[in-house]
Amino acid sequence: MAEVEVRNLSKTFGDTVVLDNISLKINEGENVVVFGRSGTGKSVLIKCIVRLLEPDSGEVFIEGQNILSLSENKLNEVRKQIGFLFQSAALYDSMSVRENLSFPLIRNFNFTAKEVETKVKSALEKVSLEEAIDKMPAELSGGMKKRIGLARTIITEPKLILYDEPTTGLDPITTKEISQLIVELQKDLKTTSIVVTHDLICAKIIASHAVVLKDGRIKYEGNLENLVSTSDPFLKDFFTSDMLEVKNGSVK
Amino acid sequence: MDSEETNTDTSKSVSVSVKRLYEFFQTVSGLSLFIAEFFKKVFIPPYEFAEIKKHMDELGVKTLPIVSVTGFIIGLVLAMQSQPVMIRFGAGSFLPGMVALSVVRELGPVITALIFAGRVSSGIGAELGSMRVTEQIDAMEVSAINPFRFLVVTRVVACTLILPMLTIYVIFLSLFGSFLAILLSQGISFQLYLNAVVHSIEFSDLIPGIAKTFFFGFIVGIVGAYKGYNTENGTEGVGKASTSSVVISSLLILLVDMVLVKVTLMIWSN
Ligand SMILES: Nc1ncnc2c1ncn2[C@@H]1O[C@H](COP(=O)(O)OP(=O)(O)O)[C@@H](O)[C@H]1O
Ligand SMILES: [Mg+2]
Repeated sequence: MAEVEVRNLSKTFGDTVVLDNISLKINEGENVVVFGRSGTGKSVLIKCIVRLLEPDSGEVFIEGQNILSLSENKLNEVRKQIGFLFQSAALYDSMSVRENLSFPLIRNFNFTAKEVETKVKSALEKVSLEEAIDKMPAELSGGMKKRIGLARTIITEPKLILYDEPTTGLDPITTKEISQLIVELQKDLKTTSIVVTHDLICAKIIASHAVVLKDGRIKYEGNLENLVSTSDPFLKDFFTSDMLEVKNGSVK
Repeated sequence: MDSEETNTDTSKSVSVSVKRLYEFFQTVSGLSLFIAEFFKKVFIPPYEFAEIKKHMDELGVKTLPIVSVTGFIIGLVLAMQSQPVMIRFGAGSFLPGMVALSVVRELGPVITALIFAGRVSSGIGAELGSMRVTEQIDAMEVSAINPFRFLVVTRVVACTLILPMLTIYVIFLSLFGSFLAILLSQGISFQLYLNAVVHSIEFSDLIPGIAKTFFFGFIVGIVGAYKGYNTENGTEGVGKASTSSVVISSLLILLVDMVLVKVTLMIWSN
């Protein structure tokens, strides 16, 4: 059974059709990247999957459960197994980094104070920001916020993680580190990941499977290698600029 | 030419008023649903006592200086203003009682509530508004933590509980202010002043005066939270949420006060 399955999903805002009858299947333990130009609805799509937005029509199944018809309590049980990294990181402004990370642990699981502290430290270590533990979000740079957001997302060891542009705005070295971290997580915890990105470097490290959104529909779905060497004018255009970078930088 | 311009002006202003009216009714219905949601959530555990206490502390610290000054000055000025009039009518000895009654029944509760609205409703509107537009509320929701319960219910409960305390404090300060005014102008012993105050105030003055502040506190909290929680249009929306919270909660306080005064008078008329 597919871990995540989206069936005929549509979402409009006013007169704007953002998602138009999208269907998508992601197997357990698989990493998928979602490409698309800014404003095509990538964020809307993954928000619909976790029901932060209610789609107009369609269905979403996570581990066989129809997310859109679950009661609040049941939905929360599913959400405890899901991690979501927001494009804006969405750190809680009023809480320190330590409190941001321990918040989901304390609220949703029965860990002792000591266990929480250990988990917080090891999550920060993974994003190389141990020294930021007592800082407030306002004291962090954009890239640091993103990494703290990532640490908060993975700290509960979710089975399914949705990343909204995890490497946008990060330097190339951090981008690589974060991408490798996502791969490690998938290996260690057998997580399923959906990664929204523009970043081909990141995509190549993370995933073999890719989806391209255009005008509310899925323009391409399949192997990342084939996608990059496609002859379709739109896809070619979309990837040319990035591909040059990749060729010159020789990503391994 | 001229008449044509006025014509379009009129139609424009009509359409603006229709839009305003529509927005007003939208707010009323939205707020009602929000209040219903609050009562659905407030009695079901977990109660988040720690979070409520934290908000009460913050609200107290935030408003104590300004309500202190206001309370003291209300009493002082009220006594100063009323003194010549009372003396003219030969009722100088009723001055302490008159001030005490006004402060306990009306001025203390309402003025404290209005200041509280200005300071707190806008604060809650801005705080929750910025949490909404920066996706912090979504982040909470997707981590399986109910943001309504954690952010809204705790703040509204804190407001409802803290305003009555602040009001009692303001009443005491006003009474002290009026004592000073009377002492300075005509000289009165504290004992005599206290006697006059205690004799003129009955339970039926004190109870409704304090009781209505629970409603006022609730209004301040729920309006600020409603406006903030439903903020749209990014940063601009946050500013709007903050200012409109103050306007709406102040108006509601005065309206509810009017209704409650009428109700109290009906109950205690005999
Ligand atoms: N809450 C919303 N209300 C109205 N329009 C929205 C909302 N969220 C997203 N949109 C619109 O949906 C489209 C897709 O947005 P988004 O998913 O954020 O794009 P991206 O692919 O860059 O992540 C955009 O045109 C955006 O304006
Ligand atoms: Mg996006």
